[in-house]
Amino acid sequence: MTSFSPGFRGRARPLADRLPPGQYPTEAFPVLSTGPTPHVPTAAWDLTVTTEHGETRRWTWDGMMELPQQDTVQDLHCVTRWSRFDTRWRGVPLDVFLEDLETAAEHVVVESHGGYTTNLPLADLLGGRAWIAHTYDGHPLAPEHGGPARLLVPHLYLWKSAKWVRALRLTTTNEPGFWESVGYHDYGDPWREQRTWGD
Amino acid sequence: MRTVWRTARLAERHAQTRSGRSLVFTVPGWPGHLPGQHLDVRLTADDGYQAVRSYSLAAPADGDRVELGVQAVPGGEVSPYLADELPVGAAVEMRGPLGNWFVWSGAGDEPVLLVAGGSGVVPLASMVRARRATGSPSAFHLLYSVRGPDELWYREDLLHEDPLLDVRIVYTRRSPQEADREPGRVLPADLRAPTARLEPASPAYVCGPTGFVESVADLLVGLGRDPATVRTERFG
Ligand SMILES: Cc1cc2nc3c(=O)[nH]c(=O)nc-3n(C[C@H](O)[C@H](O)[C@H](O)COP(=O)(O)OP(=O)(O)OC[C@H]3O[C@@H](n4cnc5c(N)ncnc54)[C@H](O)[C@@H]3O)c2cc1C
Repeated sequence: MTSFSPGFRGRARPLADRLPPGQYPTEAFPVLSTGPTPHVPTAAWDLTVTTEHGETRRWTWDGMMELPQQDTVQDLHCVTRWSRFDTRWRGVPLDVFLEDLETAAEHVVVESHGGYTTNLPLADLLGGRAWIAHTYDGHPLAPEHGGPARLLVPHLYLWKSAKWVRALRLTTTNEPGFWESVGYHDYGDPWREQRTWGD
Repeated sequence: MRTVWRTARLAERHAQTRSGRSLVFTVPGWPGHLPGQHLDVRLTADDGYQAVRSYSLAAPADGDRVELGVQAVPGGEVSPYLADELPVGAAVEMRGPLGNWFVWSGAGDEPVLLVAGGSGVVPLASMVRARRATGSPSAFHLLYSVRGPDELWYREDLLHEDPLLDVRIVYTRRSPQEADREPGRVLPADLRAPTARLEPASPAYVCGPTGFVESVADLLVGLGRDPATVRTERFG
């Protein structure tokens, strides 16, 4: 047996029941993205949902703000290993956007301004587990954190919570998104440490 | 393959700056990597507690030899231990390579822009070294922002006479006497000359602390660079 890192003590042990394996808690809000931050004015913002039959629904910013809003407090887990507890968001649950759609699709491709995409099972966006979030800690969501609005799916690693979201495309086959095509895990459950292909 | 934790033994440690270190590890079974990629380092305490952080690879693939560049962050859990406490000859664990996006493939021949803030120079040094080693015809333009002259990493590689490597240094706090601008953060004027040499499809790689990367990526888009050509890596 080899013993590793002699003399390493580390910090106070974190709250094990809230911290997924391999994560560390932080008070900061680090940023992970692939390129420059898009700056999208709310007047130009819209969200479309398209089914596999081509049925399309569209909301403008004002239309989205008139939908039922929800406040939620969530723990965030980023694949770059930080976790942040008790983050406060306001937004619209995805159930509201997806209600009564005629679809047999089981997958969703989320598309963002700037070209980013990510894929999720449709079921993960339903049941009050996912939001289109526009307010963070009582303030409009900053552009570097995905403002004016981002997807929030806190039960998966944060790359699934696409920033600058503009469209949800329901698909009958699974289409890997941006990170999912270059090595990140297709599903991304932090509690099962699904970071990369093969995890 | 990429999910395996491998034993990595510290072979060499060199000071780059007062708190920046080059660490060379021997990692049997290391599968190789591309310039720009990173890996995870895992430390284990006596009671089994583990801490993991990401570090960029500082040099192109070279068998089981893996070079990192670690900046000791005051009060940090992992970086001060790696920088100054881990004994030469002792082991940690590593997993990788990771990140298939912030990568210079070496395939094209177009000029390339590199912009580094502080220790963000580490993955860019790997690209510079890879270009030199492969004799790629791409010209590299590096803009490197550091606090003062004593904070420069990789002097030998970066200040080495090379017709295909053009290096400009921006000092943010203290500049040497011969510097041609006042100390301060990177401004559009600093990026204008190097971006003027690029082609429309030239990639730009921007790496450093989040605030630095945000600001530089915005400036590049403001100077007309296509956002799809700007690749960023944020250290925290
Ligand atoms: C893809 C990628 C590549 C990277 N490459 C490099 C690289 O090549 N070189 C490099 O040096 N770094 C690199 N980093 C950053 C690196 O992963 C670490 O974030 C960095 O070394 C700091 O880790 P730490 O454990 O020392 O600090 P942490 O313990 O994570 O702390 C970071 C800061 O927060 C403060 N802090 C946070 N939590 C607490 C707490 N509970 N108590 C007290 N203080 C706290 C610390 O004082 C410190 O200032 C990279 C990061 C990423 C994501």
